[in-house]
Amino acid sequence: MLTYFFKRLGLAAVIVSVAMFILFCMIYLIPGDPASVALGPRATEEMRASLREAMGLNQPVPVQFWNFYSSAWMGDLGTEVLSGRPVLTVVLEQLPYTLALIAGGITWSVALGIPLGCWAAVSRGSWADRIVGILSVAVIAVPSFVIAIYALLIFAVQLRWLPAIGAGEPGDLGDQLTHLILPSLAVGLGWVGYIARMVRASMLEVLEASHIRTARAFGLPDRMITYRYALSIAILPTVTLLGVGIGQMLSSAVFAEIVFARPGVGKLVYDAILTRNFPVVSGTVLVTTVLFVLLNLLADLIIGALDPRVRSSF
Amino acid sequence: MTTLAIDGLNVTFSTEDGPLHALKNVSFDVPENRIVGIVGESGCGKSTLINAILGLLADNGSIDSGSILFQGRDDLTKLGPAQMRDLRGPKISTVFQDPMGALNPVISVGQQMINIQYRSDISKQEKAQRAVDMLELVRIPDARAALARYPHQFSGGMKQRIAIAMALMMEPALLIADEPTTALDATLEVTTIELLKDLQQQIGCSVLFISHHLGVIAELCDDVVVMYAGEVVERGTVRQIFNDPRHPYTARLLECDPARQSERTRSLPTIPGEIPDLRARPRGCIFANRCHRVHDACAAPPPDHDVGDGHVARCFVANVPETVEATA
Ligand SMILES: Nc1ncnc2c1ncn2[C@@H]1O[C@H](COP(=O)(O)OP(=O)(O)O)[C@@H](O)[C@H]1O
Ligand code: SF4
Ligand SMILES: [Mg+2]
Repeated sequence: MLTYFFKRLGLAAVIVSVAMFILFCMIYLIPGDPASVALGPRATEEMRASLREAMGLNQPVPVQFWNFYSSAWMGDLGTEVLSGRPVLTVVLEQLPYTLALIAGGITWSVALGIPLGCWAAVSRGSWADRIVGILSVAVIAVPSFVIAIYALLIFAVQLRWLPAIGAGEPGDLGDQLTHLILPSLAVGLGWVGYIARMVRASMLEVLEASHIRTARAFGLPDRMITYRYALSIAILPTVTLLGVGIGQMLSSAVFAEIVFARPGVGKLVYDAILTRNFPVVSGTVLVTTVLFVLLNLLADLIIGALDPRVRSSF
Repeated sequence: MTTLAIDGLNVTFSTEDGPLHALKNVSFDVPENRIVGIVGESGCGKSTLINAILGLLADNGSIDSGSILFQGRDDLTKLGPAQMRDLRGPKISTVFQDPMGALNPVISVGQQMINIQYRSDISKQEKAQRAVDMLELVRIPDARAALARYPHQFSGGMKQRIAIAMALMMEPALLIADEPTTALDATLEVTTIELLKDLQQQIGCSVLFISHHLGVIAELCDDVVVMYAGEVVERGTVRQIFNDPRHPYTARLLECDPARQSERTRSLPTIPGEIPDLRARPRGCIFANRCHRVHDACAAPPPDHDVGDGHVARCFVANVPETVEATA
C-alpha cells in the first residue's frame, strides 16, 4: 500500500513536471517581451534591460526553464505585477473557496446521484426508472453556467431563499455554507446525471453477478443485498469517474464563481487575464494542475480502500 | 419423511418468441439423508429446477402447476417471498457452480460468513468462531486468519470449499449443489466430492447434487434423476439407473461413456441430433427425434412407467429392456 502510494506520488510529480514544461513553452512562445509587457509602453530601454536582467531573460532558454522549474518546486511562482506579492500566496488565498465549491459540487452529485441511480436500478423499467433517466440526460445536457444563472434567478432573486452573491461573512461558517448552496449546486447538478446513470448501469450489472445470487440463496435481506453487497461494488466506477471529472468541475467552478461573484481560483484567473497579469495566470494554472493531479491520486486511493482486489495489486 | 417431494412441476419462461416450456411434468423425491443426483445436458433445465425450488426464478419465469413439498409441510410454490427468504439459508442452502464469482469480492470471507448468520442471536465473536470451525472442517489452512481475507486471495478449489462451508454452516435440511465441481480440475474434483460426502454424513442433511459427470454421480449419489429437455425421463437408484437403464436416452448416455462409472468424463457424451426447441415442444415423446427405438406409439406423450421399486422411466418401451428386445 505504502509503496503504491509513493509510486503514484512519483507519477504525479512527473505529470506536474510535464505540465510545467508545457506552461514554460507557452509563456516563452507568447509574442512580445515580458519585460516590455510588465513595464508598459513608456518605459525606457535601460529600464527594460535591467528588468530583463533581473527576470533572468538574458540567460539561455534551458537555464531559464531550470530556474522556473526549480523555483516553482520551491513554491516560488513569481510575483504579481502590480502589488509585488508572491503569486503562490495570492493563489493559495483563493484556493479554499474553490475547493469548498468543488467539495460542495461533489457532495450534491453524490448525495443525489447515488440514491437516484440505485433506486432506478432496483425498480428497473418502472416509471421511477424512466423519470430518473430523463432527468439525468436533461441535467447533463444543460451547461453548468446556465444552471448557475437559473439557480440564481429562481432561488435568490425570485424566491429570495438563498443569498445571491459572494461567499458569505468570513468567520461565519453558517453564512458561508448558505452562500455555497447555489454555486455548488450549479457545479454539481450535471454530475448528478452522470452519476445516476453510471450507478444505475453498474448496479444492474452487479445485481446479475453470481455472488448476488449466492447472497439471495442465503436469504439475506434485500436491503443488505442492495447496499452492502451490490452498491459497494457498483460505486467503484463512479469514484473513477469523479476522479477524472475533477477537471471539468474546475472549469464549471470558474463559471460559477463569475456568475455568483464569489472569490476563488476561477475568479482570480479570470480577472488576471483581463488585466494581463500573466504571472498570476501561469501560477494559477500550475496550482490547479497540482490540485487536479492530487485529487486524482485521492480518487485512486479511495478505490484502493474500497476494493481489496485493487489494494492487493498495489 | 421426504425432504423434498416435487410433483408435476411445470415452469415456463415468457420470451419474445412466445412461452418457453422449460420444465414439463417434473416429479421426483429427495428422501431424508440421501444424495440425489440430477444429470442432463446443459440447457435441459437443471438450473431452472433449482431456481424454482429456491423461489429465485427469473422475472420472466413462472410456475404454472405442480407442487414442491418441503419436509412434508410447506408447498414452496405457494409461499410468499418473505417466507421463501426465511427458508433459504437455514433450511435450504445452495452451493453454486462458479467458485470464482460465487463470493462477494469486496467483503471479507469472515464478514460474509457472519452476515449469513444474521438471523442468529449469538454474539459476533461466536458467529466468527462458528465460521472458523466450518472453515477448519473444509480444511482451509489457518482458518482464523482466513476470515480477514478476501475471495481473490484463495484458489478456485479453496473458494469452492469456502462456499461449501458457508452452506453447511447453516445446518440445512437440504443442500443443493449446482455443478459444484465442474470448474475444478480432476484431482480437486475428487477431494471436493469426498469432502461433500463426508460432511453430508456428519451433518445428516439431504443433498440435491447437479452434475453432468456420470462418474461423479455414480460415486457420490444414492439416487439419480435423468433430465432431458426439461423432463425427467428416468429416475431410480444409482444401481437401477447404471445397471438397468430403461429410457433410451439414459441407455445412450451410458453407452457413449466408455469408462462407465469407473472413470470421469469432463462432459456428457454426445448423442447425434439436437434437443427440440422448447418453445415448440413436440406433442409426443420429447426424445423421439433422437431415439433409436422410436415407433408409432411415440407420437403420443409417453407415460411415467414404474418398472418396479421406484424405478420410473417416461417411455413406452420402458418395461422392455433393450437387451431383451435385441435378443427377441
Ligand atoms: N430467464 C430465462 N428466460 C428464457 N429462457 C430461459 C431462462 N432461463 C433459462 N431459460 C431456458 O430454459 C432452458 C433450461 O435452462 P437451464 O435451466 O439454465 O438449463 P441447465 O441448467 O440444465 O443448463 C434453456 O432452454 C434456457 O435457454
Ligand atoms: S417413448 Fe418412444 S421415442 Fe420416446 S424414448 Fe421411448 S421409445 Fe424412444
Ligand atoms: Mg445450469
